[in-house]
Amino acid sequence: MSNCSLQIRNLKYEIGNYLILNDLNFEVRENSFVALIGPNGGGKTTLLKMILGLLKPSEGEIVLSSEEVKSITAELVGYVPQIKSMDRLFPAKVYELVATGIRNSWITNLSKSEKAMVLEALSKVGAEHLSNRQLSKLSGGELQRIYLARSFIRRPKILLLDEPATGIDIVGEKDIYHLIESYRKETDAIVMMVTHDWEAAYHHADYVLVLNHKQICYDEPKKAFREDILRKAFSHVGHKHEIIFKVDKNG
Amino acid sequence: MVEFLSYDFIQFSLIVVAIIGFVSSFFGVFVVQRQMSFLGSGLAHSAFGGVALGLLLGVEPLFVALAFTMIVGLLIPVIQERTKLASDTSIGIMFAFSMALGILFLSFKDDFTTDAFNYLFGSILAINKQDIYISVILLVITIYSFFSFWSRWAYATFDVELAESDKLNVRRDNYVLSILIALTIVISIKLVGIVLISAFLVIPAAAARLVSGTFYKMSVMSVIFGVVSALFGLVLSYYLDIPSGASIIIVQIGIFLVCYGLNKALSLDV
Repeated sequence: MSNCSLQIRNLKYEIGNYLILNDLNFEVRENSFVALIGPNGGGKTTLLKMILGLLKPSEGEIVLSSEEVKSITAELVGYVPQIKSMDRLFPAKVYELVATGIRNSWITNLSKSEKAMVLEALSKVGAEHLSNRQLSKLSGGELQRIYLARSFIRRPKILLLDEPATGIDIVGEKDIYHLIESYRKETDAIVMMVTHDWEAAYHHADYVLVLNHKQICYDEPKKAFREDILRKAFSHVGHKHEIIFKVDKNG
Repeated sequence: MVEFLSYDFIQFSLIVVAIIGFVSSFFGVFVVQRQMSFLGSGLAHSAFGGVALGLLLGVEPLFVALAFTMIVGLLIPVIQERTKLASDTSIGIMFAFSMALGILFLSFKDDFTTDAFNYLFGSILAINKQDIYISVILLVITIYSFFSFWSRWAYATFDVELAESDKLNVRRDNYVLSILIALTIVISIKLVGIVLISAFLVIPAAAARLVSGTFYKMSVMSVIFGVVSALFGLVLSYYLDIPSGASIIIVQIGIFLVCYGLNKALSLDV
């Protein structure tokens, strides 16, 4: 797929009279890494869910513009949810979760080629040895790598990540970002990541979308992490200005 | 054993109980894994309202109970979605409302005691050929649902958000599952009784969970435990002259304890 871009046009989402997101307009080109930051409840996950098709915009549209496809199908999107959304007590092996990326359902018997696909995806994230392990026995970092393998298996054009490094130690976190970067370079995919980790956003993202019910800024990290912008997004929820300033200065 | 099998009602009961054991333990894995054990109990008690209305109107109670339970089965997720209350709260509301209606309907009837008692605790003597036909239809529907819905239900049981992100219509699938569970409960009531039916949904699946490392294996083991406990429990009830529903559940508990013992003794990777 060449010259692909994701366009968000006049996007609005409201529940009853409560406005969750309003007036979002930006474009993400292929091989771009976008970090979504903003206060809790500011609409970051809502935006991801709209791109996934889980929520329908009240107004506006989300368009995948490319020469080959015109609409966002499940196969084009790789999604790594917050790990808290899964049932940790569900009896399942690692390979079963990865295989859901192939057929969009829970698979009981894998063909030889599907098994090979699963093992290849697991080897990409360095988790081939975990293939037969129970999901309930994995650490948070291992589980995130498995979710990444699951999303890589269909070679998505858009990779959506919802706080992928939350609850993971610093080594595991670096590992996760390295895997995401490698995948993007290999496939020219669009990566969009919801995060509360400004440092990670600053270092890994090409663009930062600062959200608080509306688009406060969509720019390169150096321009997005400015005191006035962060104040606008966060100060009303009680964050101390010094904290914002400190991060801004140090990048 | 030959004498035991020579009675028509025993033959009918063996067929019906094996099918009920199969079907309820098949759906039971979703009930257990989605932590909806209270739903089985809630729907069974909701059926009481329908049974009582049927008895009052002189219409086949199970047909009225079927409609009643399905409506309640569909209302529970609607109440939950509209009010944002927890699932067990909406089940508790409908459970109590249906029981209250059942008691109210029975209070209008003078000669209800025996009939109502049979539906509350079940009776193998009440099983007839019509129940076999109905059970076979339920079995066919269940086998069909295995091929068309099991993978989708399993996926949504693991992670609803992930399943929805893959464009699965989880809401529609859940309605189908609720309706089939309601159908299973109503068809099982005559044999097992309103009070004990939820055990059929919960215990074989819970036992299977203790010895299964995958959800598919859990489903297969649950069905095996469901059928074996139903047949063995029925035979036991005949020879020990004890109520069949209670006998089957005691066998199910025995299987659960064996599975628990195996899980601990062998440190199973499940």
